[in-house]
Amino acid sequence: MSEQGTQQGEERLHSARAIVWARRRAALSTFWRLYRTQRAGLVGLAILIAITLLTVLAPLYTDEAELRASNAPGGRMESPSTEFWFGTDQTGRSILLMVIWGARVSLQVGVVAAVLAVTLGTLIGMAAAHFGGWISWVLMRLTDWFIVLPNLVLAIALVIALGPSRITIIAAIALTSWASTARVVRAQTMAIEGRPYIERAQALGAGHWHQMTRHVLPNLMPLVLASATLQVSSAILAEASLSFLGLGDPSQPSWGTILERAFDAGAISVGAWWYMLPPGIAILLVVLAFTLCGRAMESVLNPRLRDNT
Amino acid sequence: MGKLSTTQASVSPPGGGIGAGDGNGNDLDGDTPPRPERSAARRELWRYLAGRISGAAVSMILVLFSAFFIFRIIGGDPVRAIGGDSPMTPEQRAEIEERLGLNEPMAVQFWEYVKDLFTLDWGESYVSSAQVTDLMWDRLPNTLLLTGTALILAAGLGIWIGARAGWKQGSFFEKSQVGISLTLWSAPTFWLGMIVIIVFSVELGMFPVNGMRSTRGVADGFWPEALDVAHHLVLPAVTMAAVIYAQYVLIMRSSILEERNNDYLTVARAKGLRDAVVRRRHAVPNAMLPTVTLIALQFGAIFNGALLTETIFSWPGLGLLFYQAIKIPDIPLLQLLFIFFAGTTILANLLVDILYRFLDPRVRRSA
Repeated sequence: MSEQGTQQGEERLHSARAIVWARRRAALSTFWRLYRTQRAGLVGLAILIAITLLTVLAPLYTDEAELRASNAPGGRMESPSTEFWFGTDQTGRSILLMVIWGARVSLQVGVVAAVLAVTLGTLIGMAAAHFGGWISWVLMRLTDWFIVLPNLVLAIALVIALGPSRITIIAAIALTSWASTARVVRAQTMAIEGRPYIERAQALGAGHWHQMTRHVLPNLMPLVLASATLQVSSAILAEASLSFLGLGDPSQPSWGTILERAFDAGAISVGAWWYMLPPGIAILLVVLAFTLCGRAMESVLNPRLRDNT
Repeated sequence: MGKLSTTQASVSPPGGGIGAGDGNGNDLDGDTPPRPERSAARRELWRYLAGRISGAAVSMILVLFSAFFIFRIIGGDPVRAIGGDSPMTPEQRAEIEERLGLNEPMAVQFWEYVKDLFTLDWGESYVSSAQVTDLMWDRLPNTLLLTGTALILAAGLGIWIGARAGWKQGSFFEKSQVGISLTLWSAPTFWLGMIVIIVFSVELGMFPVNGMRSTRGVADGFWPEALDVAHHLVLPAVTMAAVIYAQYVLIMRSSILEERNNDYLTVARAKGLRDAVVRRRHAVPNAMLPTVTLIALQFGAIFNGALLTETIFSWPGLGLLFYQAIKIPDIPLLQLLFIFFAGTTILANLLVDILYRFLDPRVRRSA
């Protein structure tokens, strides 16, 4: 029985692609086995799954029409009641409903901006490491410049110049946050390129593109994914800050926009804590969850960071 | 608001990462040259200084250029920003365009911009028609007071707690401090400020809601006024310090973790030194080096914090000025503040780089 199994396994591994996929599956299961030992990482993952479900399923258990100010069901700035668990805003809309729908904007901007930033950072980091020479010098100077500058100030300037919209916010956040990824990716690429199999590939006539996509990138992927996860949390915080400063997407409120409205409506001086608590807690939870996941991934990748070693 | 990695440097292999030398004049951790002779060491130092200073100059030129590009070329219609929504005759419009030099070719405008930069003629605010530089100098001391207090608070406490947490890895103290720091880091600064005001000012009435001075009820004289400002300073400074503090705890903790298993600490313990002395005298000074680099790299984040904190607390500093300028948008003021924030950050990093050269005992001995 077991002999038959091995034989079948060998047959399956005949094509190169099958070998690659088997190796990837094995790597993934090892990764998951190690990730499972990170308690904080599991908590983060659970929070993320719960929030994603609540956000995606929002149309099933809430009524989007009540988001329109003209259609608001409650009175002005009501305190929490059984009907409105977290009270209402200055136009009578349920705060809880706004927070549930605000998740769509905050999460979308955060994830898309982080993916863009990490892609840009990976490309620049790889190019700087691979080509070396003056290209590397120019790219790293640019990277240092972006790392050092106050990125929120730069993002604000960009959004003002281009006009606030969902796309400009995403672009501004991505453009001001790729640099740390570029640095880490560059260092890792240099380490990978020192390995013998790259030399072998070069000797066999592999071009830049082939070396990068087939040999370097697969080895970078775990690091890039961990970096992207951490990047999402700072992107969500950046979006919240921009929206709070009045530079958010005007068409659909995010968590930051809700806090801006609370601030403008004088929720602080009337002590309307219910107006400010839910969006803030939502930001805190999501950012914390992404950070916990990212740190757990880093610990899996780097045994020196693992606890109790 | 940098990415919060466990240790940004230690994710990458040795020789890489943020704090690491890469042989391109970017060696932030000041790699020791192989013990040269005295004059060679001095020449090396000068070469290092020249490299750092020219690098900072290039960064500054890039800032000036991007400020021009962002605010003049794609910065919308300044004439409308000045006039607001009120209707304007074509003559009035032409007059304003003439005054701002908007009908000149782009190259001429850039030349004028560079000339104005060096003659310190930064233009008038669209709102108050005061010189924007005057507006900035008026507000600067207030920002220095707030950020200085917050920074000292955050750095002192953060490095102290971070060192203790890293030293006792796996303990309840370490885990709870890391948990607190991660939570503080995840909270938006402005939201933290709102909650703090509601709890301590509105509900408990312990501190003023906002501003920097009371409008009445304060006796004349230096001490009553200073006390009044200090009273106003408590909440904004604590709010701003909270987020920076969290970063410093995490950075210092991971620096200590890197040092923890080194042989020199075993030697220090073998000499019979008390545990606290081994930490304070041997581990912390070494762990400070990477910490200083990472703190310098995050210097720009301080302005992010100042901007949000001053907005929430109506603290009359540069951050609030920037916020008010965003709302208009007041282009000359935004441009000046953008250049000022970026320039200060570049200068601070340059100073830390140079200081580092002298802080690192390996380098100091050879120089």
